[in-house]
Amino acid sequence: MTGSIDPVLLVASLMVASTPILLAALGELVAERSGVLNLGVEGMMITGAVVGFIAAASSGSVWLGFGAAVLGGAALALVFGVLTQVLLSNQVATGLALTLFGLGLASLLGQGWVGIKGPGLARVDLGPLSDLPVVGRVLFSHDPVVYLSLLLVLLVWAFLRLTRAGLILRAVGESAEAAHALGYPVRAVRLAAIAFGGACAGLGGAYLSLVRVPQWTDGLTAGAGWIALAIVVFASWRPGRALVGAYLFGGITVLQLNLQAAGARIPVELLSASPYLVTILVLVVISRRRERGGDAPADLARPFHASA
Amino acid sequence: MIRLERRPSPSRAWAAASPVVAVLLTLVAGGLMFAALGKDPVAAIRAIFWEPVFGEFAWYFRGQLLVKAAPLVLIAVGLSLGFRAGIWNIGAEGQYIVGAIVGAALGLAFYPSDSPLIFPLMVAGGALGGFLWGMIPALLKVRFGTSEILVSLMLVYVAENLLASAAVSWLRNPDAVGFPGSRNLARWDASANPELIAGTGAHWGVVAAVAAVIAAYALLAKHQLGFHVRLAGAAPRAARFAGVSPGRLTVFCLGTSGALAGLAGLFEVTGPAGQISIDFATGYGFTAIIVAFLGRLHPVGILLAGLLMALTYVGGDNAATNLGLPVAAISAFQGMLLFFLLAVDVLTHFRVRMGRAGPVREQPAPGVGEPAE
Repeated sequence: MTGSIDPVLLVASLMVASTPILLAALGELVAERSGVLNLGVEGMMITGAVVGFIAAASSGSVWLGFGAAVLGGAALALVFGVLTQVLLSNQVATGLALTLFGLGLASLLGQGWVGIKGPGLARVDLGPLSDLPVVGRVLFSHDPVVYLSLLLVLLVWAFLRLTRAGLILRAVGESAEAAHALGYPVRAVRLAAIAFGGACAGLGGAYLSLVRVPQWTDGLTAGAGWIALAIVVFASWRPGRALVGAYLFGGITVLQLNLQAAGARIPVELLSASPYLVTILVLVVISRRRERGGDAPADLARPFHASA
Repeated sequence: MIRLERRPSPSRAWAAASPVVAVLLTLVAGGLMFAALGKDPVAAIRAIFWEPVFGEFAWYFRGQLLVKAAPLVLIAVGLSLGFRAGIWNIGAEGQYIVGAIVGAALGLAFYPSDSPLIFPLMVAGGALGGFLWGMIPALLKVRFGTSEILVSLMLVYVAENLLASAAVSWLRNPDAVGFPGSRNLARWDASANPELIAGTGAHWGVVAAVAAVIAAYALLAKHQLGFHVRLAGAAPRAARFAGVSPGRLTVFCLGTSGALAGLAGLFEVTGPAGQISIDFATGYGFTAIIVAFLGRLHPVGILLAGLLMALTYVGGDNAATNLGLPVAAISAFQGMLLFFLLAVDVLTHFRVRMGRAGPVREQPAPGVGEPAE
């Protein structure tokens, strides 16, 4: 590879690079559709990353690692849930606290695990499909979690769009007062959505430490959780568009890494900053397009207290 | 069954008491965390909170306390203005970095002059750098309605890359062969930000922090702009009818907090840190968020909260050296403190009632001796 970039490899690695953000964004999307703004995604992701890595490295099973990360992310999310839903704390402040706490906790737990190699994750063997030229490499040569994330896009879409439970969740997000008056358990619905968001963020974090990187280093997530939050806005709170957003972002990340490796005549720091710059640019374009009203759930980030 | 019942107006007693209760709860939970890590919890708490102030080496630690508290207070005072008005500047860390870079670059442009104008020029540059970095999310919010939370945060990562590029290329010390990092500003008399009173740790940043506290207090208590800030946070619709322009308020809050964070960065790079280096950013911008909340978004409260948070840094270092407690434990500890504060705050706005909803009974002093039915 002398200064050239292989487009097939680029697209294939794009899918891997996008998966953690996609997972976290899907989880946050569900939470936000229920009217909860959880800014703690970064904290839940990095906790998932460290918990997943420790569980996988000490047990030798990647799947045990992913399981532990899901539970770890959900547990941390429930701290946020209890604070904001039961104790009615400010969602913005609590989310920030969750991120700060998660970052500290992760680096605390991760001490002594730096530089250790975790168990790998085998690709799914799709037989003849994987042997197809180009398409086989791009689409049919990934690990199971990549496919799981794609399946999750479909499931979240179907849940929100086609099921009664999804309808209730959306109702709670649009007007908690009205949903409460109709007898729906606002608090329980939101707690469940928050826990789901945490589980997804944890899974996404573990994908970073177990597949993408794959090892534990301090500050491993490097803002991935915040990007996931930006992608939810980009996606106008729709799962299909979250997929587009995450892959767009993953594409830029992979492209700039390839440019760095290929020795492009652009400063490395500018390339490293480009995913964040592009995120800002995309946010501007999106916000401009929806200047009136917008697609955000009407009760987003508003506390709800059923006063008798 | 435990219920929450909204108070007619927030309890002043609880607003003042909740930081204290939160600190106590954090001590208990932190002790449990330390115990889980296999450390003696009492020794750890003692090392963090007692020894730096009253222990054998307190003379050393007390100086460190002001060094750490100054940037936290300076940044938190700025952030609190925005937080009060519902404008969430989460990117103070980036503004801190850019302030340091701009100020340092301005000074280094005149190296090795010994003009007394250089330091004031650098101070202005630091404030300007932070201000401009804060203007990006402000103007994008005003013009396009972009979330200032996400934009200011993304800019932290951009600033970190800017810092790396300054440290390894365009601000690199030409005399230090091969090493990244700028000239040592603390050792160049024209740019140095030295200790003003020997042994106290007080440098110009401490002076600026105290001035910021006083200015913010005067602004909020006496000035119309301060009233607008408070009104916009408490009742956004009423604020609009009262003629408060949300756009101008956004620019003011993000600009002020950016400038103060930039100042903090400049005082840090010319004093305690000494140079622009890749690891210059230490998270003051994020910790200041906790300081702002712990200080009840009130200037005087922030001053106290900044000192307390500085104590966790200084004491954390002490515990790391003497007990082998990981330094990371401190940021988990700080995050926990914010959790407890937010949790206890429920008592400021709500009464805890036992039993089912019924006729309201007379209560003793708010929050004290809740009757068990």
